[in-house]
Amino acid sequence: MEHLAFCQNFPFFTIIMTLSSGVICSILKPKKAMYFQCIVIFATFVMSLITLLFTLSTKTSYAFMMGHFPAPWGNELRIGPFESLMATCFSGIMLLSLIGGMSHIFEDTEEKKTNLYFCMISLLLSSLFALIYTNDIFTGYVFVEINTITSCAIVMLKYRGGKTIVATTRYMVMSLLGSGLFLLGITMLYDLTGHLLMPQLGQAVNLLVESNQYMFPLTVIIGLFSIGLSIKSALFPFHTWLPDAHGNATASSSAILSGLVLKGYIILLIKIFYRVIGLDVIEVDQVTNILFVFGILAMIIGSIKAISQQDIKKMLAYSSVAQIGYVYLGIGLGTNLGIIAASLQILAHAFTKPMLFVCSGGLMDVSGGSKQAKDLSGAGYRDKLTGVAFTIGGLSMVGIPLLAGFSTKFNLCMAAIEYGNIKMIMALIAIIISTVLNAMYYLPAIFNLYHVRHDDSFKDVKAHYHFSYAIVLVIFILLNFSIGIFSDTYESIISMGLSTFG
Amino acid sequence: MFNNLFSNFYETTAVIIFGIGFTTLLLHRNLIKKIIGFNFMDTAIYLFLAAKGYIQGRVAPILIFENGSYDTSFERYINPIPAGLVLTGIVVSVSVTAFMLALTIRLYKKYHTLDIDKIVRIASKEEE
Repeated sequence: MEHLAFCQNFPFFTIIMTLSSGVICSILKPKKAMYFQCIVIFATFVMSLITLLFTLSTKTSYAFMMGHFPAPWGNELRIGPFESLMATCFSGIMLLSLIGGMSHIFEDTEEKKTNLYFCMISLLLSSLFALIYTNDIFTGYVFVEINTITSCAIVMLKYRGGKTIVATTRYMVMSLLGSGLFLLGITMLYDLTGHLLMPQLGQAVNLLVESNQYMFPLTVIIGLFSIGLSIKSALFPFHTWLPDAHGNATASSSAILSGLVLKGYIILLIKIFYRVIGLDVIEVDQVTNILFVFGILAMIIGSIKAISQQDIKKMLAYSSVAQIGYVYLGIGLGTNLGIIAASLQILAHAFTKPMLFVCSGGLMDVSGGSKQAKDLSGAGYRDKLTGVAFTIGGLSMVGIPLLAGFSTKFNLCMAAIEYGNIKMIMALIAIIISTVLNAMYYLPAIFNLYHVRHDDSFKDVKAHYHFSYAIVLVIFILLNFSIGIFSDTYESIISMGLSTFG
Repeated sequence: MFNNLFSNFYETTAVIIFGIGFTTLLLHRNLIKKIIGFNFMDTAIYLFLAAKGYIQGRVAPILIFENGSYDTSFERYINPIPAGLVLTGIVVSVSVTAFMLALTIRLYKKYHTLDIDKIVRIASKEEE
């Protein structure tokens, strides 16, 4: 057995640390749990960063054996540039959204149970890490379920009325439908191939395709995976649960749910497409076309719904539906370039939407806790930093150059042009329409922040926030610019990661 | 076509039960029945897995003591992996069921009904 460098153990450490810190948080006092959790997440961020640098220096990926059983039997993690980039960004964003919404977390949860919120956050992060790193498809399923339970729990922790419980229940039911289909897919695939590890599954599926056997069951399996995971990642028309769940939770929860949780499933889907089924088979089976069409519909209908929202958090939630549409547009192209653009969109959205949700929390603070547009008018003057951050986030979503949204839209267009034929025209038209629609709700929302009414009842409200909140917003803004200006760097890491997938 | 269905009748049954569970979870308005539907769905998958793991004429994968030694030839035993998957799946579905039941109790205490449509209606009225 070859010798592992010490930092190659870090992905395993991040998973196990977050899992066990969740347990520890459940017995700590809320304040202590908060500090403990922040330190743990920061540690996982540093470890993921070191892993990223390591994989970038070696330019390859490696499999990490869990337990003492070698490949076809044992459980494995697989770590490459793509995975470690995602893990680094996810843990970083998790920390930022947690700190950004910290004051709201303490307001929105029961006094003595706030530590349980951090417990859930910890388990959620651990399941995200596991979804990113795992090489075993059944482990993927187990962590999908952990992800479901914890993400539902952080929606529910706000004790204001039954609305959040209703939202949680609907979220849970849809999630369970999704994971049921996913599990059936795994079962059938295991039935066909007799493997659970992705590389072995990939080889077995390849053999089946070469000998042209069991093509119909294979199509069914691809369909089950795609539908199951797209229900969970709220692709149109399965998005109905999302606005309620994301719109009613506390600011941090909304940020984490929109920015990270939805993406975990998509990353798993990308991994399955690349490593288990193979892009060429997906292409032949027309599944990408279906995802492509639904992606386009999501982009347009999500934005149209967002225009009519007066509730700022609901508007952001519907905007997430549209942004998930962009990701599926990229995946639906079914080409390497398309998936790189989709991955970049995952990152860009993960950088932008949490910032917007954290800002919405700050803006609500200076508007008497109201989420309605009419109360938020002039809030940009009352809380200047948050106003600026919201403006930058909104402009990024619209797609102004130098910001994250622009570079992803640009990349999606390039991928579509490379693909050619009818899909190119559809994708370009959809991106243009969706951009216009995005502008139609983000720009009014931004103008509203700087529009002072005469009967403004919150005129004298002063923003008073912890300095950590200000730092978080500044980091978010810088990250947004970083992906807008240095998108080539991110892209090259993603494409290096995807090339080691094969 | 039908030949295949009959020769794989465990799997056929499993998929039919899965369908029943799926539609119940999706369409039924009663929360408790939704949870029952979810359990149907998962149980169907366990049946599928167990049927796939079983090999005619072999025994459970526990070493047999015979003629003074353990029989370690794998031809005598069924495939243990699906059983492991079933166990993992049961743990997952138990915890999810517990969570769903807790939510249901909360909702029932607040709205005094189990009908999700009614609950949604009342909740959206409350908001206004």
